[in-house]
Amino acid sequence: MTTVAGADLVAGTRAGEELACARLMSLAERGDPAYAKYHEQFFSDLGTARRVGITGPPGAGKSTLVEALTLHWRSQDHTLGIVAVDPTSPFSGGALLGDRVRMSRLALDKGVFIRSMATRGVFGGLARATDDVVDVLDLFGRDTILVETVGVGQSEVDIARSADLTVVVLHPGGGDTIQAMKAGLMEVADVYLVNKADMPGLDRLVQQLTDILDIREMPLELRPPILTSTATSGEGIVELAATLDRLHAERAANGVLKQRRQENLERRVRRLVDGTLRHDIWTTVGLADSLSRSVRDDELHSAHALAAKILETYRQRRHTESE
Amino acid sequence: MDQPIRVLIAKPGLDGHDRGAKVVAAALRDAGMEVIYGGLHQTPEVIVEMAVQEDADAVGLSVLSGAHMHLFPRVVELLKEAGAEHVLVTGGGIIAPEDMEELSGLGVGRLFGPGATLKELEEYIREEVGRRRTAARS
Amino acid sequence: MSTTDAGRSTSLDRWKESYEKAGERDAAFETVSSVPVSPLVTPADVAGTDADTDIGLPGQFPYTRGPYPTMYRTRLWTMRQFAGFGTATDTNQRYKFLLEKGQDGLSVAFDLPTLMGYDSDHPRSMGEVGRCGVAISSLKDMETLFDGIKLSDVTTSMTINSPAAIVWAMYLVTAQKQGCSLDQLGGTTQNDILKEYIAQKEYIFPPEPSMRLVVDTMEFAANHVPRWHAISVSGYHIREAGSTAVQELAFTLADGFAYVEAALERGMDIDSFAPRLSFFFNSHIDFFEEIAKFRAARRIYARRMRDKYGAKNPRSMHCRFHTQTAGCSLTAQQPLNNIVRTGWQALAGVLGGTQSLHTNSMDETLALPTEQAVKVALRTQQLIAHESGVANTIDPLAGSYFVEDLTNKMEAGANEIFDRIDEMGGVIAGIDKAWFQREIGKAAYKYQRELEAGRQIIVGVNKYVETDEADHELEILKIGSEVEAGQNAAVAKLRAERSAAKVEAALERIRTDANASVNMMPAFMEGAEAYCTLGEMVDVLREAFGTYRETAVF
Repeated sequence: MTTVAGADLVAGTRAGEELACARLMSLAERGDPAYAKYHEQFFSDLGTARRVGITGPPGAGKSTLVEALTLHWRSQDHTLGIVAVDPTSPFSGGALLGDRVRMSRLALDKGVFIRSMATRGVFGGLARATDDVVDVLDLFGRDTILVETVGVGQSEVDIARSADLTVVVLHPGGGDTIQAMKAGLMEVADVYLVNKADMPGLDRLVQQLTDILDIREMPLELRPPILTSTATSGEGIVELAATLDRLHAERAANGVLKQRRQENLERRVRRLVDGTLRHDIWTTVGLADSLSRSVRDDELHSAHALAAKILETYRQRRHTESE
Repeated sequence: MDQPIRVLIAKPGLDGHDRGAKVVAAALRDAGMEVIYGGLHQTPEVIVEMAVQEDADAVGLSVLSGAHMHLFPRVVELLKEAGAEHVLVTGGGIIAPEDMEELSGLGVGRLFGPGATLKELEEYIREEVGRRRTAARS
Repeated sequence: MSTTDAGRSTSLDRWKESYEKAGERDAAFETVSSVPVSPLVTPADVAGTDADTDIGLPGQFPYTRGPYPTMYRTRLWTMRQFAGFGTATDTNQRYKFLLEKGQDGLSVAFDLPTLMGYDSDHPRSMGEVGRCGVAISSLKDMETLFDGIKLSDVTTSMTINSPAAIVWAMYLVTAQKQGCSLDQLGGTTQNDILKEYIAQKEYIFPPEPSMRLVVDTMEFAANHVPRWHAISVSGYHIREAGSTAVQELAFTLADGFAYVEAALERGMDIDSFAPRLSFFFNSHIDFFEEIAKFRAARRIYARRMRDKYGAKNPRSMHCRFHTQTAGCSLTAQQPLNNIVRTGWQALAGVLGGTQSLHTNSMDETLALPTEQAVKVALRTQQLIAHESGVANTIDPLAGSYFVEDLTNKMEAGANEIFDRIDEMGGVIAGIDKAWFQREIGKAAYKYQRELEAGRQIIVGVNKYVETDEADHELEILKIGSEVEAGQNAAVAKLRAERSAAKVEAALERIRTDANASVNMMPAFMEGAEAYCTLGEMVDVLREAFGTYRETAVF
């Protein structure tokens, strides 16, 4: 992608052109270095969009929930961007992205832009990519951006944390609380939503959540609200939207939002730096290959010794290059 | 890392027989592509909207109802209107060879009827998308 | 077979030795459902099968050998070719052609707009009118469809599901206008909505109101159209979607039992409706697997209807079925081979004791069949009936060690699946969880993988392939775009010429009845008489019942 074409994409995105926005997202997603340059130019226009993370174990009805929330906010004339993240197969590197098909009522509404993303493997930098894709939707001019992830891995938890507000979605009968705790989801929630409230086991799950908050000895005023919903019928959606609206407004007023965004920015920069460094070391000529050969050369090796050797080589190379 | 190939698989029109679409979607995933499943009973307008938003490299349509001479060209036309002519339109179903030829003249890519293998389809998409990406860069 | 003393080898042992010595040719030895097939089945394998209680006699419980005592000795199966395309006039001509060539029952294929409850002139119908079936937008089209064919003289099967009740209403009114009374009418409406959610995906409304409409038709038939089969519980589509044979068997019967339970819940007496339930199976490419499936179906059904649902009338225990040869087994390559495939699939249906049969045409992988192709398909049945000799005796394969063993295994496999469905909470719960859809999708993908790996062989496709397809020069049926234009004009004319007041009143009645606990058939018949279009009536129901969206799974 030439610089000229890239600049066109930025201009097009600002101007509200869907295809330009989509192609800029692709650029951002794959970590094209050109994108970073553009970002440095347009970042000051960002930050107006409100970012809401929707995460939770599979089967909780997140896509249906996202659709319902979107329809509600659309009725209030908000524009939305939706990013739906689904796992890449570790075996094939491919992915079946089936979230947007569950949001068919949003089709042909120019006020909704839906993008499906695959997790693309550990070194793909999922959180980095998602942050960048969300920025593009912000530049595109969306009022609210919903990011839907399956909350099972560290990356997905990271994504949830980078939102302004995070909703953790559970459902009765799914054995979810244990899974959610294991994934570290419970800590990132600003709102707990128990969806599929028409299923048996609702009260027990709500009680479990309350107990967990008790155990953590959270002061009542800081506790994330526990809401219920039945996304398929629309029940509970108005309350959820109102809660999110209220929380966002409060945090914008009392400085919490600012603080959170600062923390997120710091985390994000660290991620970028870490990612680049990681990439640098392993693509430094020969280092990855020499490691691969060393471990297979029929001799015993110390992991620490090998690591030290690689770092030493890397530092020396950087030193020579800078001279 | 080269961007994975993104393919939208969908069924336009009223036909609901989705065995082929689903088998192809699973196969392309297993071949390392990112497959966006667009679902059944979609209009050409919705399919093109999905293709644009997802920055799809290719759109795979499955039509067994005999309505292919209307549906395929309509998708090609709408993609053009959206500025997305680079998107490969392929697919399959119950489509007579002479119709495949006529559709090819209207901008539709190769079509795969009964007896085609998943491998052929995957290879075609890979080659053709690669060709189009290279052409776009130059 | 000699018995053994310890230490002396049996004849079976000796056979095993010879088998090992001879070695196997390079093949997978599996059915098309990937079930391994034994090289030899002996009496020992079926030692537990009771000749009386498991096999029995035709026309006697458990009906393994046939629902009727005399089967084809008294009457051959009905030769009923599914047909429909273009306008009602076009299809009416095809029906007359087929009747003249010796077909004895009519079968209607509707186009997709009709199947999905859209009029020919609806925007969503564009490009689809008359392409894979006949376009029926109102009573007028139905009257044209059967012009010159007295409905009390024929039996008609209508392959219609979501809007079945409405289309049936049009048929009934057409018959009345011909001077027939309802009790003279015989036929079938497919009307099996559960398999739409599972396999064919031609749904409109959600499951609950759809089931209500189905039970309405069952009730109306029981009370007013006693010769009519209100449902044809279908496995054909489930199989075409990629299921295995045992899945086809189990899912279909499970659907059947779900309808039985729904009718019982409404307070109907089982023997009042069960005698007119019918089924529809696929006849696929593995000859013996299919025959075993048909025989197992009868036995399973009889046992459950009597022992679980308390049926007393023997006719409530009969699994009567129509069979269609497998469309998905046909090839576009070397299409003449399809005639042979269809031939043995039809033979399997006959040896399996089917009550009626449709044979596919050789060109159906390319388009709807030409007159020439459908004639050959019909002749295939006639050849089997009159030249092969198989219809001279009843259930000739009974007692075959191999076939009885396969039948037993089918039954066992189906029972396992029934247990699984029960665990989930029933068929509708399974549909909500997308369990059926996932199982079918997995089987379909597995099959395709095996085919491409060479484990399943298809002549002309992955073996004996011709690169120069000279015999591919078949003339195929073309549906011209004038069909759609013609239909649009006709529907517009109808709207202009009918009584708007009558239409309004009829639609209002449909609205009221939809929201009440009444049988909707009278309202639909009134709608048909007023020349309300199909789309108009379905739209009222869409409002009242809502529309269904599937949860796509892989």
